[in-house]
Amino acid sequence: MFAGFMVNAWEVATIVAVVAGVVGFFVVLRGSAFPAHAIPNGAFAGAAGANLIGLNPLVGLGAFALLAALGIGTLGRRGRRDVVTALALVLMLAIGAAFLSQSTEYEPEIFSLLFGEILGVSSAEILPVAILGLACVIAVGVLYRRLLLTSIIPEIAAARGLQPNRVELAFLIVLACATTMTVPVVGALLIFTLMIGPPAAARSFTNRPGFALIVSVAIALVTVWAAIACSFETNWPVGFYVGTYSAAGYGLGRAYAAWERRRGGQLGPDALIATLQSATS
Amino acid sequence: MSLRRLLFEPGFFSSAPVHTAVLIGAVTAVVSAVVGVFTVVRSQSFAGHALTDIATTGGSGAVYFGVSPLAGFIGGGVAGGGMMDLIGVQRVRSRDLATGIVLGAATGLAALFLYLDATQSATTGVTQQILFGSIFTVSSSTIPIVAICSAVVLLLIGVIYRPLLLSSISPDLASVRGVGLRVVGLLFMLALAVAVGLSSIAIGSILSTALLIGPAATALRLTRSIRGAMVVACLLGIATTWLGVLLAYDSDYWDPSSQGLPVSFFIVAIAFLIYLLSGLAARRHVGRRNGDIPAKEACGLEDDTTSKAVA
Repeated sequence: MFAGFMVNAWEVATIVAVVAGVVGFFVVLRGSAFPAHAIPNGAFAGAAGANLIGLNPLVGLGAFALLAALGIGTLGRRGRRDVVTALALVLMLAIGAAFLSQSTEYEPEIFSLLFGEILGVSSAEILPVAILGLACVIAVGVLYRRLLLTSIIPEIAAARGLQPNRVELAFLIVLACATTMTVPVVGALLIFTLMIGPPAAARSFTNRPGFALIVSVAIALVTVWAAIACSFETNWPVGFYVGTYSAAGYGLGRAYAAWERRRGGQLGPDALIATLQSATS
Repeated sequence: MSLRRLLFEPGFFSSAPVHTAVLIGAVTAVVSAVVGVFTVVRSQSFAGHALTDIATTGGSGAVYFGVSPLAGFIGGGVAGGGMMDLIGVQRVRSRDLATGIVLGAATGLAALFLYLDATQSATTGVTQQILFGSIFTVSSSTIPIVAICSAVVLLLIGVIYRPLLLSSISPDLASVRGVGLRVVGLLFMLALAVAVGLSSIAIGSILSTALLIGPAATALRLTRSIRGAMVVACLLGIATTWLGVLLAYDSDYWDPSSQGLPVSFFIVAIAFLIYLLSGLAARRHVGRRNGDIPAKEACGLEDDTTSKAVA
């Protein structure tokens, strides 16, 4: 399980889990689950297009992810954000379908872009993933206070001269960056699951934002490691285990928060937000 | 005659797939428009889209278990919608999160089913067909089932129309008036799940979301009442679908060296363009940029009834 080609899988999974845990924490806090689903899914169209004209798929993925982030960020200011996100997503998927109709024998690659092939990662793919992942984590670190403030208490953020639209756009670009690097190795569906399940579970275990971020990364790591191990043993797809374990982790978190509440404690999403509000005001 | 030849490539009116596409397209466009107006007003676009993927999971599961795919799509959608409601879609803050959790689990299951389907039956093209299903590949035998399910959805929306309207636009006013928000929310979710499951198997998951959100969001920007928005959305949806079918059919003849473009591409592109254009038109109405309809106006309530109800 730890020999040869599997080493690459463990390394990439660890990087992806850390990035998903960090970026996903803010995805959950900001209620950006829909963009987090739309950007990686829509970006596949870019890979299909790059494939059609003989470019590196990573270039197409990056270009479309960035376009999606900019489109959702700018159009979302004027219209309803969820509507704009839905329309941007279907537009990209439709463009992808148009690209696919012009090429042949692409199906295995669609499958791997959606569901990933983490067990077949080559060593050459690890370095770019690591660099982009580091960039994402550094960007979140730089934006940390601004992201927290604009997510939770927009009034105070505005009073301090922060521009929520700019912070949102910056965050969407980080999301696009995280997507570009992870989609080719783990697939669009898996990265979305990892960005939602573990961070949502983490919010149920603690009220302190910094600690919740660490818990989020830890749950993401346990989820992917367990998923790879089970997938290796049973031969079933990694995505299945990541999906099930993420949902199970979230269920455990909800149960723990309910139990804690019955004992008189204050846990859960609302409690985290309340803690942050009283700490910053 | 020459104009007709220019607009409609030969065989358009006699082609059986075109007839089916035009019929199925119109039926699903109407159901999507009616359900879509409430989906947009209730800010449940993500749920509306996620249900297509969840229905797809049901569809791939049905292939594995040898059940009818239609039952799989609708069953998967209804189960997913029920789960979302259970986890907490009724609270606005946690809605998208609940959708995301269910979607993540469902896509995991889809990965498993598609893997098992592929290893068991060695059928190629299942993934692509399930994910990108085309309106031109619908068999005409599914038309009656699609029509019946559509009628059920429209009937359900008709039955809960007033409480749904009130709870969508002004939840506070609705609870004051004794509307069961939880029940209405669940019933709407079920209607949405059936409508989306149906349209994802009939016209594919891309078009399902496009027709659910595009025409409805456009209509809400252009009209001042929910009822009006529904009518406009139905007309826009049908027009968009038919124009898309025509262009896709014609595109086979544009460039003889390459294949035509898929119908989903044309329909989505038209829906998106109309939405963008409607933004320019709506900007003239000050304060109506988001397509938000004032509660009183949309419910047809006079000012004094509202204040009485709140008091």
